[in-house]
Amino acid sequence: MSATLAKGINSFKEVIDTPIASYFSSCVHCGLCAEACLFYNETGDAKYTPIHKLEPLRRVWKQEYTLLGKLGKMLGLSDPVTDAELTEWEPLVYDSCTMCGRCSMVCPVGNDITYMIRKMREGMSASGHAPEDMIGATARAVNIGSPMGIKWPAVQAQIKHVQAETGIEVPVDKQGADYLVLMSSMEIINFPEYLSALSRIFKQAGVSWTLAADAFEATNSGIQIGASDLAREIVSRIVVAAERLKVKCVISPECGHAFTAIRWEGPNLMGRPFGFEVKHILEVLDGLHAAGKLKTRGKDKRPLTYHDPCQIARRGGVVAQPRRLLNEVAEDFREMPDAGVMNWCCGGGGGVSANSRAEPLRLEVFKTKKRQIEATGVHTLITACANCRIVMEEGLEHYQMKVEVLGLTELLAEYLVEGE
Amino acid sequence: MKKTQKAEVIPGSVGEGLAQRGVTRREFLKYCSSLAALLALPPSMASAMAEAISKARRQSVIWLSFQECTGCTESITRSHSPTLENLIFDLISLDYHHTLQAASGEAAEQARMQAMKDNDGKYLVIVDGSIPLGNPGYSCIAGISNHDMLVETAKGAAAIVAVGTCAAFGGLPMADPNPTGAVSVGDIIKDKPIINVPGCPPIPVVMTGVLAHFLTFGGLPEMDALGRPKSFYGDTIHDRCYRRPFYDQGKFAQSFDDEAARNGWCLFKLGCKGPVTYNACATTKWNDGTSFPIQSGHGCIGCSEPDFWDAGSFYKALSMPVSATSSMLAGAAAVGAAAGVAITWHNRSTKAAAKAAHEKVTVQDLTREVK
Amino acid sequence: MNHLDLLTFARGSALNWALMIFAAGVVLRLFEIFGLSRKPDLARPRSDSPGSGWRTMLSRSIPPQGMLKRDPVTYIGGYVFHLGLLLAIFFFAPHIEFFRSMTGLHWPNLPTALVDASVVAAIAALGVLLAHRLNNKVKRMLSGSGDYLAWAVTLLPLLTGYMAYHHLLFEYALMLSLHIFSVELLLVLLPFTKLFHTFSVFVSRWYNGDFFGRKGVAS
Ligand code: SF4
Ligand code: SF4
Ligand code: SF4
Repeated sequence: MSATLAKGINSFKEVIDTPIASYFSSCVHCGLCAEACLFYNETGDAKYTPIHKLEPLRRVWKQEYTLLGKLGKMLGLSDPVTDAELTEWEPLVYDSCTMCGRCSMVCPVGNDITYMIRKMREGMSASGHAPEDMIGATARAVNIGSPMGIKWPAVQAQIKHVQAETGIEVPVDKQGADYLVLMSSMEIINFPEYLSALSRIFKQAGVSWTLAADAFEATNSGIQIGASDLAREIVSRIVVAAERLKVKCVISPECGHAFTAIRWEGPNLMGRPFGFEVKHILEVLDGLHAAGKLKTRGKDKRPLTYHDPCQIARRGGVVAQPRRLLNEVAEDFREMPDAGVMNWCCGGGGGVSANSRAEPLRLEVFKTKKRQIEATGVHTLITACANCRIVMEEGLEHYQMKVEVLGLTELLAEYLVEGE
Repeated sequence: MKKTQKAEVIPGSVGEGLAQRGVTRREFLKYCSSLAALLALPPSMASAMAEAISKARRQSVIWLSFQECTGCTESITRSHSPTLENLIFDLISLDYHHTLQAASGEAAEQARMQAMKDNDGKYLVIVDGSIPLGNPGYSCIAGISNHDMLVETAKGAAAIVAVGTCAAFGGLPMADPNPTGAVSVGDIIKDKPIINVPGCPPIPVVMTGVLAHFLTFGGLPEMDALGRPKSFYGDTIHDRCYRRPFYDQGKFAQSFDDEAARNGWCLFKLGCKGPVTYNACATTKWNDGTSFPIQSGHGCIGCSEPDFWDAGSFYKALSMPVSATSSMLAGAAAVGAAAGVAITWHNRSTKAAAKAAHEKVTVQDLTREVK
Repeated sequence: MNHLDLLTFARGSALNWALMIFAAGVVLRLFEIFGLSRKPDLARPRSDSPGSGWRTMLSRSIPPQGMLKRDPVTYIGGYVFHLGLLLAIFFFAPHIEFFRSMTGLHWPNLPTALVDASVVAAIAALGVLLAHRLNNKVKRMLSGSGDYLAWAVTLLPLLTGYMAYHHLLFEYALMLSLHIFSVELLLVLLPFTKLFHTFSVFVSRWYNGDFFGRKGVAS
């Protein structure tokens, strides 16, 4: 109960660095970032202009870190950031930004607006301006171990189920395994297919892997809400487990922001480079495929398309891998317009899907995805992020579209050559 | 118009003087035609001019020379004879000019006094040279300071012609730091009509043209804001320059007398001030219409403009800074850097203070006290 | 003060001060930005990235896929304006003389008629961009007095330069002085307004490109 405006402003001052100062200095108010943003595009409401979402942070930068701003502040000419203002900005910073990174690709002066939103959330959460639902999810992630409140026994139950179904043993806490496999809560609850698909693929490829009882959850609510102290605590569980089990590589599951959290933010949160690699599952599968260890037979006859999860493609650099894998098992793979690094967000990233207040807006902006899917004319949609998958399933249902959503790992497993 | 056909000689008039010198009516008309052209008057005016000038009394002129180099006098006198410039001396009675007159000392001053007395209110004063206000001793004639002589002589004058840039605008003597405290005629005399005929020196035909205008019409020509007759100073050198097409095309000589310069390319880069200089050089030219500086390969130095001497180097293009240098920029950058270091130090302490004030965020810290 | 004196002042002391404020201001602003520093990125970058900071510095001048269609006015207007301004500043012969006198460097100039045309295009583009700024709700919301000031002080040198060259409105020496004064105003304001993007754009683009590049994306 101790979030205060002072703490928030203090955080703003802490996070402002050279890139941010250069971004604010460069902005020419051209408004092109709005054109890139899902939220502005679907609603046409100017307040969703990406750079506008950062207005309070910009003023703190100006007042604290520029000569003119300092002078203005001394002369009492500047207009300080208030609690009321941050309250007004809360929905802009959280509900209407999925940290998809599209604006950062478009801004002509090169502003990485998404980077700044991530930083701004530090001050927003420290000043008590994070959405209630996200606070709840973060509290569960820290206190229980998973934002959805899932504990290890639930995973154990799924392991049992998978073992019974596949007849393959799921290794747990196996010292010296090559890979430590993580999962997201969504996969544990909604998509048990992932674990079974992985068991089968790894068995076939002869990969040595393990789960960790104290570090099965890959997601990181601390990153979404923008509280690095908490994000660090959450990611450290994985780091400790990986180091304890002496794995060579940690596999981030089919989840976008989890990949960002472990792969890109992890070492920075921990303050040291990792002694192990971090890879997204698609990178691992693509590697196995290239090495001839992932053999498939037959092709899916259904026309299908692929949704690039923002954090995996645009913010993660995994773009070619899913295409190579898909072309192995799909006869009629069609790209949607703007596919790849310029793909449109599903509308649920960056914690938006965990924020029930944002739901009407999220469904509204799903129209972009709807149009993209319709343009391909397919009824099967593949993706590689469990969060995207749930958000899209909800959107498809809302707009009564008959489109099935599948995880790419799961699709691959369907065509796996086993036991040869 | 029968009257004008016949030479009607009035005693003491210009016509009489001309006749005495054997200038034919035909020659005089020709002279007037060229004057009319020079003054941008319609050719039909020539005969009216001839008539008016012939009838006019020879104008009494007092020529005062102050801080000057005699270049103006050289310019007006040094020409091949017979010339239009010489002819003008037939039209006037130069009652005082201490360079040209034979008399000197007391006698010379006597002549001035006499002319002033005889022609009170009607004589013309021509001044060349600027007037030092710093110390009267810097320049005086017969023990009279330039200032006093000007004020005294101007009193009964019909008008004053300030010939040369020194008299018109202060000129070279006034150039920074103006050691003598030089000023122009117009800076001292406020209650008489003044015609400025600047140039360093002015073109002879321009000087005589202005005089002819005064004689013909008895009044002042149309002048620009700097008191210069518009008929000679209405256009810039650049407006009338034969190298102008090359300027417009962006074709410039790179050095004096290079291939480009010889081919008539523009001299802008070599420092030509033609674009900001109002004078008639490009049309009347010098030495009997032979040439003018730009034609002989040197840019215009802007001599008919006030303070041309202080307008930066003659050899710097107009678009070049007068005095800015890269070391000046480097100095400013160093000041900026010093201020930048101070700001950075301040910024870093702000940031360090923020870091120190950071309390580790726990789950409880995500919510505010509800007031 | 007569016109030539005004011009001498414009080319002399006024220019000296403007250049000094400009130089000091730019350096100060760069210190302001770089002085804040950033933490080194400890995440292992992808080794085979198609992107980098240097790449983005240039590539960001090209509209990303689909964007040209979304806001053609901003892109085309922006191109025409920036290109016209660039040609006028750096390829008009008298301007090259300015740079030569400051740096000793010089390069071939463009035919004046071409520079003239590019100035007209740049002025027209500025007009269109202003109308767009006033009409487009996003731009209107983002714009404050600083944006309109920046617009005006950018327009003035183009306009006065054009008018001086064509001997419009005032006599040449006065118009040329006004042209130089307007450039001086621009120089003085540049470091302290959004016009500073002239310099900082390379910094921001570099960071953007570096950020994406480390992750294996050409941004
Ligand atoms: S990151 Fe995506 S959602 Fe957020 S402001 Fe940028 S474009 Fe919009
Ligand atoms: S696109 Fe970039 S420069 Fe344009 S308004 Fe947005 S942040 Fe500013
Ligand atoms: S030489 Fe001088 S006056 Fe002639 S066009 Fe060139 S700049 Fe103008």
